[in-house]
Amino acid sequence: MTEFVHPALLFILGALPIPFLQGAIRKVYLLSIPVLAILAVLAMQPGSYGAAQFIGQDILVAKVDKLSIVFATVFTLMALIGMVYALHLTEAGQHVAAFVYVGSALGVVFAGDYLTLYLFWEGMAFASAYLVFAQGGEKAIRAAFRYLMVHVTGGVVLLGGIVLHGIASGSFLFGPIEAGMGPGTYLILAGFLLNAAVPPLNAWLTDAYPEATVTGAVFMSAFTTKTAVYVLARAFPGTELLVWLGTAMAIYGVIYAVLENDCRRLLAYHIVSQVGYMVAGVGIGTEMAVNGATSHAFAHILYKALLFMGAGAVIYVTGRRKLTELGGLYRTMPLTVALYMIGAFAISAFPFFSGFVTKSMVVAAAGGDHRALVTLALTMASSGTFLHTGLKLPYYMFFGTDRGLEAREPPGNMLAAMAMAATLCIAIGVFPGPLYALLPYPVDFEPYTGVHITESLGVLMFTALGFVIFLRALDPENTISIDTDWFYRKGARAFMWFAEQPLARYEKAVSDVSETAALPLLHGTARTGLRVDLHGVDAMVNGVAHAILDGGGVLRRLQTGVVTHYALAMIAGLIAAISVFAVVWQ
Amino acid sequence: MIKRIVDFFGGEAYARQRRRLFYLVLVLIVVADFIVRREHAEYLWERVPGWSAVYGFGSCVLLIFVSKFLGHQGGLMRREDYYD
Repeated sequence: MTEFVHPALLFILGALPIPFLQGAIRKVYLLSIPVLAILAVLAMQPGSYGAAQFIGQDILVAKVDKLSIVFATVFTLMALIGMVYALHLTEAGQHVAAFVYVGSALGVVFAGDYLTLYLFWEGMAFASAYLVFAQGGEKAIRAAFRYLMVHVTGGVVLLGGIVLHGIASGSFLFGPIEAGMGPGTYLILAGFLLNAAVPPLNAWLTDAYPEATVTGAVFMSAFTTKTAVYVLARAFPGTELLVWLGTAMAIYGVIYAVLENDCRRLLAYHIVSQVGYMVAGVGIGTEMAVNGATSHAFAHILYKALLFMGAGAVIYVTGRRKLTELGGLYRTMPLTVALYMIGAFAISAFPFFSGFVTKSMVVAAAGGDHRALVTLALTMASSGTFLHTGLKLPYYMFFGTDRGLEAREPPGNMLAAMAMAATLCIAIGVFPGPLYALLPYPVDFEPYTGVHITESLGVLMFTALGFVIFLRALDPENTISIDTDWFYRKGARAFMWFAEQPLARYEKAVSDVSETAALPLLHGTARTGLRVDLHGVDAMVNGVAHAILDGGGVLRRLQTGVVTHYALAMIAGLIAAISVFAVVWQ
Repeated sequence: MIKRIVDFFGGEAYARQRRRLFYLVLVLIVVADFIVRREHAEYLWERVPGWSAVYGFGSCVLLIFVSKFLGHQGGLMRREDYYD
């Protein structure tokens, strides 16, 4: 067996035949590629593959080490789960986009140099945007354009950073930034932070994900932000700024989630919050913190996908997405409720669920690094996480006021995908060993201590008490929340107003001036020019022409066309020449 | 079985049982927090049994009311057609 098959290649080349396959064959094919990719990741050995030269720069298509293997493992697992969830779709477009999206994410994870990274980075942006476009309808298409424009801008910033950094350091190889922070590294960091949805660069996520297709949002929840966590962990571990940004975003997401009425937008704000733990972990930068960030990304992908699948199932069945319009579904969708709740317990870090063994590692690493404020803030965010994803969302979506909606369980493939993710959420929680063994550094952390269990349960269950007491204050409201997308949504409107009002007026004024003042002047000048042309230049030209014509006439008269005349002239000339020669030469 | 568990959490008929179970769990957690051994407490508050219950409840209330305050008084929450 070969040492290394690039899983990105499997997905990207594997996307090509999808439109030509039909029915059961396509379904088998859609599942076999992720399975092959999982096997490829399991079989791969650490090392460098695909080194080459391109325009005089070192290219390294794949650099395999423990950090990239963890992310590749969960990405390929998630690809399989996502494909099972999307198996009922008949249109090929979304499958192709999902394959290219997953393949590009894997390409980033293995990229050994910045140029390869950038290429796949852009691939991710375009492929994922399709998953929003595919939803159709004005709202989704507008959101998709905003999503694409933000990511293209982020990509340009990243590229600028890569070029500056490459020139400054002399190498485009991707690795920990060691030479200190320069303008290039700050631009790279900004590009990464945008994809990690760090406020104020977070709004693209909460704007676009809820507008994506039911199955597309599941893929989106998994890959873009987590590749960003990966590249941050690779390039910027121990960057102090990230600790504070991560902590702030953990709280930021939770605050917005209180206000949210759209079920998937609420979950999207919790991506922001959860990625905050990972960003903070990367920023702390100790071995335990990076382990925590990595393992939390692993667990997060699975439980967040499960939550998106649960909310997606509700949207798929009822066609509604607002909490104010949902409720009472537990009677008709008990399996969905149960599977969703497993995801909710996992994200809330209940003992024996995956979040418990991963999130606590980040919090413990913050504590071990003597960061009291960060520890307390992250614990508070945990409370908020359970409050929304574990209590508010399921209460208003599945329980609460019965809206008498006609509902049923979603198709079997959707339930199967949710069951797969749920199984992993519990398996990781109960047996964290295999996940810990995958992590980049040796794990010296025991999640199941008595005090850790009672403290976690204390925080969580007394959050539930607060929820029960202040339930009415949490009633969802028919509103949307202003986030930082306000700047470009209103900003674009201001720009258009500027283009349509002052700019258009200025343009009109300029054309008025030209019509009233400049044009007559030009006409006058043109007329003068014409006169000069007619009377001066033309007369001269005509004169010359007449002279030539006259000369021509004279010449024509000389040219009789009779050979004897020419012979006579030649003889006359010859005699003249001889006589000149004879007379003058003497 | 799953349906019965879900029904227990949703059905009106079980409201009283649910509430009792909930309070029982709360009491058990606080009691357990007093019993467990605290070997290496990093911070002062970690030595206080039951701190996590107080902190969890406080966090929850704080988050609800600060967020709603920002939403209503801070102007973050807008009508749904705000951007249209």
